[in-house]
Amino acid sequence: MNIHEYQGKALFKAHGVKVLDGVHCTSVADALQAYDALQSKVVAVKSQIHAGGRGKGNLYCPNTGDLLMEGGVKIAFSREDVETYATNILGHVLVTKQTGEEGKLVNHLYVESGCDIAHEYYLALLVDREEKSVLIMASTEGGMDIEEVAEETPELLHKVNVDPNAGLMGYQVRDLGLALGLSGAAHKSFAKMLRSLYALFVQEDCAMVEINPLVRTGDNEMVALDAKVSFDENAEFRHKNWDDLRDLSEEEDVEIRAKETGLSYVKLDGNIGCLVNGAGLAMATMDVIKLYGGEPANFLDVGGGANEEQVKTAFSIILEDPNVKGILVNIFGGIMRCDIIARGVIAATEALDLNVPLVVRLAGTNVDEGKAILAASTLNIHPADDLADGAQKIVKLIGGEA
Amino acid sequence: MGIWIEENAKVLVQGITGKQGMFHADKMVEYGTHIVGGCTPGKGGQTVELQGKNFPVWNSMFEAIEATDADATVIYVPPPFAGEAIMEAADAFDQIKGEGVVVCITEGIPTLDMVKAVAFVENRPGVRLIGPNCPGIITPGENGGAKIGIMPGHIHAKGRIGIVSKSGTLTYEAVAQTMSIGEGQSTCVGIGGDPVNGTGFIDCLAAFEADSQTEAIVMIGEIGGNAEQEAAAWAKENVSKPIVGFVAGATAPPGKRMGHAGAIISGGKGTAEEKFAAFEAAGIACAKDPSELGAVLLEALKKAGLRNE
Repeated sequence: MNIHEYQGKALFKAHGVKVLDGVHCTSVADALQAYDALQSKVVAVKSQIHAGGRGKGNLYCPNTGDLLMEGGVKIAFSREDVETYATNILGHVLVTKQTGEEGKLVNHLYVESGCDIAHEYYLALLVDREEKSVLIMASTEGGMDIEEVAEETPELLHKVNVDPNAGLMGYQVRDLGLALGLSGAAHKSFAKMLRSLYALFVQEDCAMVEINPLVRTGDNEMVALDAKVSFDENAEFRHKNWDDLRDLSEEEDVEIRAKETGLSYVKLDGNIGCLVNGAGLAMATMDVIKLYGGEPANFLDVGGGANEEQVKTAFSIILEDPNVKGILVNIFGGIMRCDIIARGVIAATEALDLNVPLVVRLAGTNVDEGKAILAASTLNIHPADDLADGAQKIVKLIGGEA
Repeated sequence: MGIWIEENAKVLVQGITGKQGMFHADKMVEYGTHIVGGCTPGKGGQTVELQGKNFPVWNSMFEAIEATDADATVIYVPPPFAGEAIMEAADAFDQIKGEGVVVCITEGIPTLDMVKAVAFVENRPGVRLIGPNCPGIITPGENGGAKIGIMPGHIHAKGRIGIVSKSGTLTYEAVAQTMSIGEGQSTCVGIGGDPVNGTGFIDCLAAFEADSQTEAIVMIGEIGGNAEQEAAAWAKENVSKPIVGFVAGATAPPGKRMGHAGAIISGGKGTAEEKFAAFEAAGIACAKDPSELGAVLLEALKKAGLRNE
């Protein structure tokens, strides 16, 4: 789960990580008030969306598609600048290299004081899957695309893994500071910040915290100029405040509804809907559809113990996508019994007045009963023997080449 | 033989009085798993009826292992408590026996809880953690066998193919594929789809290589991370038995979590294409479609002189 920069910075502030003064705004009037309150000669006017590349993105009018402004993060030198930038940003669509062509509607703005920058650094904390621990990455090459730094100048990317039993050690903090060429007050400021960030990462159950750029000011203070924070969704049960931080407009409505009913759904661009049990098999089903010349319309895992109602919800979610021209159901019954799935499929097709071709492949527990139930129905359901057979059948039925 | 779990291994169930725990404990007894009881804090002294027989419940894993000399435990405890359940089991096995297998089925454990739990288990070298978020481990026997987890027992048969996979239902698919060519399984291990877990691919490959019953291996991966690439490189140097592989998620879009918490392509890394390439570079015979795993395995067995026809 991602949060906005302004929320991340509030979290930083609460944990003693130095940030500049700033105000979260949702209107141009708010932005002007923020400018007056901040009393800073220069301010940054920053679009708030859950995607990177904001500075180099472009703002478009959602109705006409006209280009309104280049750059989703602007430096304003006057009250008039703030008004112009805020007007161009709020209610408009920001397209960055991470948003895709459709871009994202900007509803939130962050107006932040300026500061005197001596150098820009990169700092991130994340979970290292291979080392099974928290990894800290830092570089003197701040403000850059860090993947490029890792690729082209890996010696400039410094890494430290934190032993979960020992926690972040003093020598690790010192070594990282030295690797960044910091000394004196700047080193001290960096050490304090890193300790606070590690504590924040653990206490708040983060998946990632990225600061790019982290800056050293003219006064040798380390300040987080950006804040990209994401949380581990599995830990939601112990963070009641995440509900308030969640920006639902940033998430696909249908994916949220799927999650509420215990389904895992991801929309894709193809035209063959899939309904599968198990994440691995659901991915494999998409792969095999593609292998036989089709394009999957979605990933959908109904989980290990789906009931008739969930199967029905799954069908209705798949059918909401107007691109869907056919559906492939692929169930390997373990705990889930094929006869129950078969009944669920029939109930759903009847209730939803299904009018696209449906191929059903059943295997595993009670498969014979399941197949018999489908065969006895008068509905137009095409049975399949295995995954390859199912994929070929559905591709053919929607008029593709299999 | 099989790996880590013998056919007659003595097994405890953590969370045995819960709905999930009781349901699956019953299925395990039905399959023939030697269940010796369970553990639910606060319910010690009670019994649980499985397949018409009563099984004892203890308050702690220390009591349960002391009383039963169990070899393994399987955890069906809800996510907020599962990390601690793993550590309790590991601590008790380590102190009482110096060894034990901990299988964690629970899905949705916070990643940082697993970081802590895995480090805790790694400090106790005799203890093996399988999972979490996995179907478990099964060593089929002549009659029944040891099924420790949630997989459908009846699709398996004792044989010589070792299976290791990140995914549940895709493991069942692989089992069915071995059966379709008349081959059974030595042991099937689901290592789970979470970003931070216990036993990995390389542990399984090493154990299968050392196991006399196992003659060939099926390895099923999915997008995210680079465990498959590392395992492939390791296998090239260390595994003499034929390996057949598949990777799920070739059509998954980058940056989107595909059900499993660990199944995500991030920063362009961890794609299926990368993993298939690593498999092929290591001489692993790949199926591009799981329905072809049987055919690819048969071919690999013939090539290795393990099948004639």
